[in-house]
Amino acid sequence: MSVVRKMGAASRDAYGKALVELGNENPNVVVMDADLSKSTRTDKFGKAFPDRFIDIGIQEMNLVGLATGLASCGKIPFISSFACFLMCKGYEQLRVGVAFPELNVKVVTSHGGISVGEDGASQQSVEDFALALTLPGFTVIVPSDEHSAKALIKQAAYLKGPVYVRTSRANAALVYDEKSEFKIGKGVQLRKGKDVTLVGTGLLTFECLEAAEILKAKGIDASVIDIHTLKPLDEALILAEAQTTGAFVCAEEHLTFGGLGSVVSQFLSRKHPVPCEFVGLNDTYAESGSPQELMTKYGLTSQNVAEAAQRVLQHKRSR
Amino acid sequence: MTQESQKKSVPVDFERLSKIALDIRRDVIKMLGIAGNGHPGGSLSATDILTVLYFQIMRHDPKNSKWVDRDRLVFSKGHGCPALYSALARSGYFSVESLLTLRKLGSPLQGHPDVRRVAGIDASTGSLGQGLSIAIGMGLAARFDKKDYLSWALISDGELNEGQIWEAAAFASFHKMNNVPAILDYNKFQLGGSCKEMLDMEPVVDKWKAFGWETKEIDGHDLREIHDALLWVKSSKSAPRIIIAHTVKGKGVSFMENNNNFHGVAPTKDETAKALKELGENDTEIARILGMIK
Repeated sequence: MSVVRKMGAASRDAYGKALVELGNENPNVVVMDADLSKSTRTDKFGKAFPDRFIDIGIQEMNLVGLATGLASCGKIPFISSFACFLMCKGYEQLRVGVAFPELNVKVVTSHGGISVGEDGASQQSVEDFALALTLPGFTVIVPSDEHSAKALIKQAAYLKGPVYVRTSRANAALVYDEKSEFKIGKGVQLRKGKDVTLVGTGLLTFECLEAAEILKAKGIDASVIDIHTLKPLDEALILAEAQTTGAFVCAEEHLTFGGLGSVVSQFLSRKHPVPCEFVGLNDTYAESGSPQELMTKYGLTSQNVAEAAQRVLQHKRSR
Repeated sequence: MTQESQKKSVPVDFERLSKIALDIRRDVIKMLGIAGNGHPGGSLSATDILTVLYFQIMRHDPKNSKWVDRDRLVFSKGHGCPALYSALARSGYFSVESLLTLRKLGSPLQGHPDVRRVAGIDASTGSLGQGLSIAIGMGLAARFDKKDYLSWALISDGELNEGQIWEAAAFASFHKMNNVPAILDYNKFQLGGSCKEMLDMEPVVDKWKAFGWETKEIDGHDLREIHDALLWVKSSKSAPRIIIAHTVKGKGVSFMENNNNFHGVAPTKDETAKALKELGENDTEIARILGMIK
């Protein structure tokens, strides 16, 4: 099977569609945004359900506080903005107002990662996984394409408790089709191999698939798994892969600290230590440029994943 | 539940309220004396307001703390929670004796309120500046659900330093939140010193007016003034309303009044005895409490 890069919609577009369906299904779903509804796609819900939508203005702290009040009275608030603004400016409100009281608030951000592109580093969230993962009780979801985004966001609405979902601005290569099925907390085995496991999340999942093709040409048989849920982690799948391949590459559009690589390698070091390599941003912000230029410059392509796999296989062989 | 006496025909029993306020002040001193740490000043400044709210004005049912149509209260100045815990206990949410477990490992009565642990607490607070937003969120829920409950916000003066308060203030007036009555416990001190010395927010009344709120200034220890102002603040038709309650930090205990050393420091054993004596507690009870202090 060869991997074809067929572009789908952005995961934020899937969020807009999921919200409209949720609005039809559940009268308790309410949506608020902090003046970025055209970008996050919450405006789709706003047009369909103006009575249950408030674009509150540019105030992320108040946004989270309002959601706390709504959730404590039984509503299911979805709140959205760019990942960097909501998670950084609203973080302490998420901590005391949502995570601590374990409230049913759904935080769905857009513009995750550096594929934001030309707007530059202040708009590109490279730390939101770490922030969300360190909110006790939060489920943390990073969909890889439009189909997984729509399905997982719809499931999140019916999951009791706080959820963080990161979506992307850029159109995403399709990993799935509309018939694909997903379960929050359950990773997806996209390809079975015996030499090395490529673990992706978000846009890097497709890069892992493509990297497996590059590796195949070099005689390396790679597994690919999509960890669309960083918390709770699909430990069974990761353990099984570690026992099969004995070498991991974790790839994410995030700092290499505190995200996918951290949770996967922490689990492995406890249960079944194997050599790991990490593809992500190495202690840096990015800059302005086209999404593709940035992903290339900052080492987030299938080529980078394939090179990391070759490095980790050297570790594996030298053990 | 407690709204019966608001009917004009039933006169408000201010003597009863005054006795309850005294009980709450004694509880606050006992709790903090035994705990050995905590915040007396801001507990005592809010005591009279909490008394009239819980025992005269708010619609609530201590036997049904999750009643969906109840009024909510977001106690945004979470550090003053000993007074809130006492008001809840004396309303019947839990036993008065359990107040003495404040701040102990395993006690539901955390150093700052935890909504998951205590019946009658409507929001976890303790990080200043967040409560007004939360109360407004509850008000939005009432609006979405076409319910008539109120979500009260009790905020502190130090909190006015926080930007989030003003985000919430702007939102509330723009969206005509008439179901979020607010009260400012203006005791004029924050942790580091007087509000004037730290970050003077005066003119406070003008600031709220500029943000589109209707204001009323009262003596926050005069039960009649508090009662009338609470009736006023809850009957907004359009613009949000806030009571600016001028209070005295440490009110009721002579050596704590306007003494900011008691912002976040509990009374010693001797000070506990002295304070309880001033508050008219009987000698047997004082001896019992002192016996619980290490």
